[in-house]
Amino acid sequence: MKLILIALLVLGITGLVAAVLLYLIAQQFKVEEDPRIDLVQEVLPGANCGGCGFAGCRALAEACVKADSLDGLMCPVGGAPVMEKVGEILGMAAVAAEPKVAVVRCNGVCDARPKTSTYDGVRTCQIMHNLYVGETACPFGCLGCGDCVAACQFGALSIDEKTGLPVVDEEKCTACGKCVKACPRNIIELRKKGPKGRRMVVECVNKDKGAVARKACLNACIGCGKCQKECAFDAITIENNLAYIDFNKCRLCRKCEAACPTGAIHAINFPPRPPKPATTTPSTPSTPSTPNTTNNNQSEKKEEQA
Amino acid sequence: MNTFRIGGVHPHDNKIYSAHQPIQECPLPQKAIIPLVQHIGAPAQAVVEKGQKVKVGELIAKAGGFVSANVHSPVSGTVSKIDTTIDAWGMKMPAIFIDVEGDEWLESIDRTPDVIREFNLDPKEIIDRIAAAGIVGLGGACFPTQVKLMPPPGKKAEVLIVNGVECEPYLTCDHQLMLEHGEEIMIGIQILMKALNIDRAIIGIERNKPDAIARMTELANRTLGVSVCPLKLKYPQGGEKQLIDACIGRQVPSGALPIEVGAVVDNVATIYAVYEAVQKHKPLISRVMTVTGKSLQRPGNYLVRFGTPLSQVVELAGGVPEDTGKIIGGGPMMGRAMNNIDMPANKRTSGLLFMPEQESRRTEPENCIRCGKCVSACPMGLEPYLLAKQAEMQMWDEMEKHDVMDCIDCGCCLFTCPSHRPLLDYIRMGKAKVGGNIRARQAAAQAAQKKD
Repeated sequence: MKLILIALLVLGITGLVAAVLLYLIAQQFKVEEDPRIDLVQEVLPGANCGGCGFAGCRALAEACVKADSLDGLMCPVGGAPVMEKVGEILGMAAVAAEPKVAVVRCNGVCDARPKTSTYDGVRTCQIMHNLYVGETACPFGCLGCGDCVAACQFGALSIDEKTGLPVVDEEKCTACGKCVKACPRNIIELRKKGPKGRRMVVECVNKDKGAVARKACLNACIGCGKCQKECAFDAITIENNLAYIDFNKCRLCRKCEAACPTGAIHAINFPPRPPKPATTTPSTPSTPSTPNTTNNNQSEKKEEQA
Repeated sequence: MNTFRIGGVHPHDNKIYSAHQPIQECPLPQKAIIPLVQHIGAPAQAVVEKGQKVKVGELIAKAGGFVSANVHSPVSGTVSKIDTTIDAWGMKMPAIFIDVEGDEWLESIDRTPDVIREFNLDPKEIIDRIAAAGIVGLGGACFPTQVKLMPPPGKKAEVLIVNGVECEPYLTCDHQLMLEHGEEIMIGIQILMKALNIDRAIIGIERNKPDAIARMTELANRTLGVSVCPLKLKYPQGGEKQLIDACIGRQVPSGALPIEVGAVVDNVATIYAVYEAVQKHKPLISRVMTVTGKSLQRPGNYLVRFGTPLSQVVELAGGVPEDTGKIIGGGPMMGRAMNNIDMPANKRTSGLLFMPEQESRRTEPENCIRCGKCVSACPMGLEPYLLAKQAEMQMWDEMEKHDVMDCIDCGCCLFTCPSHRPLLDYIRMGKAKVGGNIRARQAAAQAAQKKD
């Protein structure tokens, strides 16, 4: 009996002393944190997917509390309803962000963009980009090693084996922007998804003069300006021999698509065209065909070496 | 026998193909394309206009900053346009295009083969002449030479180290230059010694060039303060920091320049250019380059005017061999495979190497076995396996902590790796990223300073 009592007393006193110590230490070294972070975190889905571009839900909550406005902060999983709740907690208006999707702005498929060299280094776009122009003659186009695929945490990107270009699965894409950062050539852009997923995109980022761009790739934008003339809404700008469609101004009339002589403008998710223009012109040779000045595909095989 | 202390590898030197081939002049091109960026630093600014007539040696582009170099016309003719051209790797670079007409030189340039020994210029005048002639380090880095000759305040040069090592396999242009123009190089060394106000110069030459060592020693014995230091064979002995260690036993601290230990290093080709600029008023408009390869018909050392398409030099050497797998600009260790041999020769092109298909293929990489060979081979004392992994994992800050910016791109790690891991590929990518981060930080700090 006495033994039990002693044991109880010793354990009890040890426990008490430890409790007091722990309490005092906790008070002394307390980490001051905005209580709203916890509140915001509770509202977020808690999947820690990283789709927002932050390390997890708590990181996004911290960013929301720190930020002056919710502009640019978006939980792609919870969407607008969650962001509204976050806005209520923080007393800020949630910015109604329209759903966006990653768009690959290169259509340099194998047929259109012939290979000029063979690369045998590490198959990473970043390294290939630092090293040289790439396996084709286009210094702007997709290198096809799939840095974007590796960066995507949602499995929304894959390389199409036929074209050698990345394809976005719109269902899976959360517009987190990881691929945009991963691409060394800035080919991927986040664009508004558009009504019913319909949108117009210039699938080229080549800033060379028309003849040079066309020589490297048949599908290149040559900066001819036909689409700009055709557009009634002033949505198309041409800078550095490259057309760009402002998705805030574009009304999806599809006139630019028909006007483009190289087929660089693509209408995505539209129903097939009514059979009216039965013989659509795939690519009219209206552009000046480049004289063959330099013949650089004789004997240049490629790559770095050691 | 001297050599550097840390790391190094022993690749087969393969110099027999072009060694002792007399320097042969390459004919002038019909159209010369002269790039404005032929050096490290700010691009040169064009000072000629379309349609203007130029003579050989005329200034066509001015240095665009402190670390930059003048560009002179290597040909005579009419400027047809100032536009962009494509470099050896398919990327664009600004250039001046000249339609060649005859070969008319500026009257001020002395074209006689006589060796001019006397010079009585003061250091300032010498440096001005070198800067005006647009001379850059012809060993590979293309750092403007005049910048090296002006040590920052508080630093004093004590010794001039002349780089005649040519440790890169296959290349023989410096070797041949020493044999044919040893006397001129010796005068160039004296000019530089005067410019730096020092009385000691050491010529470092590797032992695989006994005739060059003999020739330079014979000349050095007649010259006060100059000595030849024969070096044991080891790559990368021609690296600036390795050569200083090998010749005078001093080690340049991490991130510092050779002047920190009182040394200035210049390549023999650069010194020959200095001689021509100071004694003959001839700006840097041509260089000797090695064109070589196992199956090339006429491998050799060619004197090429800048602006000549490399394909023309290749024709002279017997055309591209059929079994070519890669054409490498520079040597096999540090050079880069080229995409376009129509690119014009310039201050950077030290050699062209034709690698047979079989030898140029890379072996499939396997897992790292932690043998540590790369660590013992690294001449800068880095840990290549770790840096490569960090680059793969995109840990840029960690790479910076592990001194990735000290890497000299020599390729010893990749050469020695038994698993054929692409270590240098990754490290180079990391260097580019970390360098970008450092520059961004400096720019931000400068902007903050301006605000205060």
